[in-house]
Amino acid sequence: MIALGIVPLVGTSYLYEAILTPFLALALAGLGLNLLTGYAGLLSLGSAAFMAVGAYAAFNLSLRLPILPLPVTIFAAGLVAALAGVIGGLPALRLRGFYLAVSTLAVQFFVAWALNRIGWLSNDSPSGIVTAPRLVVAGISFEDARGRYLFSLAVVALLTFAAWRLVRSPTGRDLVAIRDHETAARITGVRVARTKLLAFGLSSFIVGVAGVLWAFAYLRTLEPAGFNLDRSFQILFIVIIGGLGTLRGAFLGAGFIVVLPLILARLGAAILGDGFDSGTLEMCQRIVLGILIVAVLIREPAGLTALLDRAVGRLRGRAA
Amino acid sequence: MQDVSEPTSPVSRPQSRSKVARLSDARSARQGVPAQEAERTILMVEGLSLAFGGTVAFAEIDLSVRAHEIHAVIGPNGAGKSSLINAISGLYAPQAGRVRIGEEAFTRVPSRQLSALGVARTFQNLALFAGLSVRDNVLSGLAGARKAGLAAQLLGLPAARREAREHLARASAVIALLELGSVAERRAGSLPYGLQKRVELARALVARPRLLLLDEPMAGMTATEKAEMSGFIRSPRETYGTAIVLIEHDIGVVMRLLDRVTVLDHGRRIATGTPAEIQANPRVIAAYLGLANDESNEFSDEDAA
Repeated sequence: MIALGIVPLVGTSYLYEAILTPFLALALAGLGLNLLTGYAGLLSLGSAAFMAVGAYAAFNLSLRLPILPLPVTIFAAGLVAALAGVIGGLPALRLRGFYLAVSTLAVQFFVAWALNRIGWLSNDSPSGIVTAPRLVVAGISFEDARGRYLFSLAVVALLTFAAWRLVRSPTGRDLVAIRDHETAARITGVRVARTKLLAFGLSSFIVGVAGVLWAFAYLRTLEPAGFNLDRSFQILFIVIIGGLGTLRGAFLGAGFIVVLPLILARLGAAILGDGFDSGTLEMCQRIVLGILIVAVLIREPAGLTALLDRAVGRLRGRAA
Repeated sequence: MQDVSEPTSPVSRPQSRSKVARLSDARSARQGVPAQEAERTILMVEGLSLAFGGTVAFAEIDLSVRAHEIHAVIGPNGAGKSSLINAISGLYAPQAGRVRIGEEAFTRVPSRQLSALGVARTFQNLALFAGLSVRDNVLSGLAGARKAGLAAQLLGLPAARREAREHLARASAVIALLELGSVAERRAGSLPYGLQKRVELARALVARPRLLLLDEPMAGMTATEKAEMSGFIRSPRETYGTAIVLIEHDIGVVMRLLDRVTVLDHGRRIATGTPAEIQANPRVIAAYLGLANDESNEFSDEDAA
């Protein structure tokens, strides 16, 4: 976090635009999903839908209630996403694991359908693509690349702190208790149904705000296709690669996902020269990512976080 | 077990039968007695029956446990002991009978209210929260006692902070009592089996339940661990007056610990009494030694009578 605060002093516009801002938005979405999947053990494939709900809620709020200051709009959009999350999480009271994942898939498709069908949501724009409002808080504009990055950073820092408080609170303990042994949790007095819905609500709040950042700070446009199932999987991969059940995991995973294509592009260009076009790049990216996920799941289910911890431990051991 | 060889053993059965009859008389009498007397009975199971499809887990079980009492339910494999505990804690829905916990009677105990009723339990197969530290596992035992809401917790309001401090102190006390201090920060899932069993007991004890259900608390332990565990099981009764129902396979280990014993065989209660009475009971001996000539014994007893 501290490191991310220092970056603006030295970074270039490209760095903010193409790497850091999307990294923050994706990390925040990963953080939200990690609360649900990593901590509470509830698998969701609807993250992109909740991002979309957050983004479109913020868009409509700022369009129709322009008096609201931006932070209020974003908070309210988070609440709308949380409500969607609680409704989408209702099946979790009956289903778990794979079946729950399939039911969240239904949310994903429903939201995509609604955004495409209900023109009102995108201000009846014929193409379905709308421009995000300007990032202005209390008269200060965050419109340039560095401003949008700083804005995202502030939001992410705030929510990460809140999530950190949450996982260390008794309620955070309840989440893990439900994940590890639901019956025992119920017997010890954890209100299982309530806590599951709470997990969906809190997770979707964060994911929804991540959606706002993605649309307002990174893309500066909104379109339903930006929040499709691929995005849901991308966020799930971030959490898996970074490490389930750790807050750092989302950041490590998001960093990895954002940087991987850049490394591959450089590597590909160096090895294959001009033959390495964007199509090949995308294919390579998918292959590498797929292999990595399988490898992580088999070799290191705790993800990059555990890998990092061990590396640090080894270095310390050597130093001592 | 010396009593078994004594010539008096054949007549002890009618005796124990009449004791059972007397017990149930006493119970029906108690329903009419003042509340003060009834309060002392923490758990009362009446005619409880459970079947899975056509398979009878147990039938017409009666059981009463008073405050301060350690009551064992013993019996051979498949006698229905674990099913009985699961029915008492509401995980299974019995087809007939009632369970009374304190003043409240249920046909099916609502498992989500168990902690509010002052009941805690452990499981035959470990049911720890493997990803949490030992301390957090023990703290989870207080989930039902928590009052601070999420907002208060997140904002660190004074009420939430005070509650967290109190719960932490209670958890630390139980951790010290069960000698888990040296592993308190370890992940519960990383501990050896015997210790995990102890953590589960700590999680159940921290809520200071009035009724504690222990499903084979010593299964798979070494003799030393079992002796240690006996001491840990006795302590809550002395400290909080907890009534304890425990299931055990190996009667020898727990006999000294117990006040009363109920013996199940093939889902039926075949005897209830003090450990000494139970050890002398021929039906119990037959169930445990698996005598094939159960019937012929019965006839000869009838003749003797």
